[in-house]
Amino acid sequence: MTTVGSATAKVRLRQRKWGLIRLASPIVLLALWQLGSALGLIPQDVLPAPSLILDAGVDLIKNGELADALGVSGIRVVEGLVLGGVVGVALGTAVGLSPWFEATVDPPMQMLRALPHLGLIPLFILWFGIGELPKVLLVALGVSFPLYLNTFSAIRQVDPKLFETAQVLGFSFWQRFRTIIVPSAAPQVLVGLRQSLAIAWLTLIVAEQINADKGIGYLINNARDFLRVDVIIFGLIVYAMLGIGTDAIVRAAERRALRYRS
Amino acid sequence: MTLTSDRRTGIAGELSHVDKWYGEHHVLDDVSVQIGSGEIVALIGRSGSGKSTVLRVLAGLSTEHTGKRVVAGAPALAFQEPRLFPWRDVRTNVGYGLTRTRLSKAVVAERADRALADVGLGDRADAWPLTLSGGQAQRVSLARALVAEPELLLLDEPFGALDALTRLTMRALLLDLWREHGFGVLLVTHDVDEAVALADRVLVLDEGRVIHELAVDDARRSPSDPSANTERYRAELLNQLGVAL
Repeated sequence: MTTVGSATAKVRLRQRKWGLIRLASPIVLLALWQLGSALGLIPQDVLPAPSLILDAGVDLIKNGELADALGVSGIRVVEGLVLGGVVGVALGTAVGLSPWFEATVDPPMQMLRALPHLGLIPLFILWFGIGELPKVLLVALGVSFPLYLNTFSAIRQVDPKLFETAQVLGFSFWQRFRTIIVPSAAPQVLVGLRQSLAIAWLTLIVAEQINADKGIGYLINNARDFLRVDVIIFGLIVYAMLGIGTDAIVRAAERRALRYRS
Repeated sequence: MTLTSDRRTGIAGELSHVDKWYGEHHVLDDVSVQIGSGEIVALIGRSGSGKSTVLRVLAGLSTEHTGKRVVAGAPALAFQEPRLFPWRDVRTNVGYGLTRTRLSKAVVAERADRALADVGLGDRADAWPLTLSGGQAQRVSLARALVAEPELLLLDEPFGALDALTRLTMRALLLDLWREHGFGVLLVTHDVDEAVALADRVLVLDEGRVIHELAVDDARRSPSDPSANTERYRAELLNQLGVAL
C-alpha cells in the first residue's frame, strides 16, 4: 500500500513539476526581454521593454482612449458576428434539413467560400464606402462560412434513430427541432462559432485599416504615425486578449451544452 | 374501430393480408397477425425474415403496404437500443411518452415518476441517461413506452443487447408490468427461449410469410412449474427455423 501511495504521489509531483515549468517559461522570457532592454541589448525604438509597453497601456486606460476604442471595435465585431452568424446558421439549418435548399443554396455558398473574403476589401470600399458598413459586412462575411458549414454538417449528423423515435412518440416539427436538432447540433455549431470568432477578430484587424478614425485599429495606425512602437504592441496585445477572452466564453458554453456527457 | 373493454375479446392490434415490397424484394407476403388485448404474441424468424418490418408496419412507421392495419390507440414501441435523448434527464425522457396527450407539465412529471417507480428506477429520475447501465436505460425506455398506458406494446428485440442475467431480470419485469396493466404485446425476437418463456402464441416468419403458429401453454409463465412441454416447444420452433438438433 505504502509503495503504491508513494508512487502516485511521485506521479503527481512530476505532473506538478511540468505544470510549473510551463508557467515559468513565458515569465522567464519576459524577464529576459526586460533585462535585455535594461542592458541596452535590445534597441528600444524597435522593441521597447515590457515595462514601457505596460506604461503605454496604463496611459491609454487612464485617458479613456482604450475604452473608447474597445467600444467602437467591439460593436463592429458584435454587429458583424450577429449578422453573419444569423445568416450562416439559418442557411446551414435550411440546407441541412431540406434537399431543395441543399441543391439551390449549397453550390453558390461553396463558390463564395472559395473567395478570400479579405481580398474583397477594395470591392467593399467601392460598394459601401469607408464608414462602418464595409467593416461590419466584411466581418459578417468572414463569420458566416464556418457557422454555415458546421451547422450544415451538424444537422446532417443527427442520429436518424432519434427522428424515428420522435415519430413513434408523436413529436411535432417544432418539438423535433427543439428536442433533437438543436441539442444534438449544438456542440458542433459552437465549434463553428469558435472558428468564426477567430476570423471575426482577424477580419476586424484588417478592416480597421480602411481609413479608420476610431477603434483599436485607429489607435494602432495613429501610433505608427508617431512612431509609438509601445502603443502598437499594446494594441496587438489587446487584440490577442479579446480573441482569448471570447474564445473562453464559447468554451464555457460548450461545457454547458455537453454537461450531460459527464 | 371501436374496442370493447373486455380484454379477452378485444383486439390490441391486427394486420390482415399485408403485402409490402422494397423495390423487387417482396418483404411481407400476405401477412396476417392478430394481437388480442392482454395477449403476448412473439414473432420469431431469422435475420431478414421481415419480422422487424411487421413491427414497423404495426407501429405506423412503415406506411407503404397493402392490406389492413388496425391498432387500438397509439401503439408504444421499445427498440433494441434504448434510444433515449441523452441531453434530457430521465424523467423528461419518460414524460415524452405522453407527447400525444395534452396533460400539464406537473401531471406529466408525476406520471413519469410513477412509471419510473414501476420499473424500479424511482430514484434515478434526475439522472442523465448516459450515466445509466444498459439494463437501466432499457428500463427507462420501457417506462417511456408504458407511461401512456398503451393498449399495444411493440417490442423489437428489446433485451437483445443486454447480458444474460439482466435479460432474465427484464423478462420478469416485463411480465410483472404486463400482469399489472394488461396491454397486448408483440415481441419480435430471434431468441426461441425468450419467445417460449413469454408468449401466449409464437409465430414463425420466413421470407415474409407466417409459416407456423404455436400456442404456448399458459403454464409457461410460472417458473415454479417447469413444464415438460418446454423442450417440445423449443424443438418445434427450432425445426421450423431450419435449425437441425
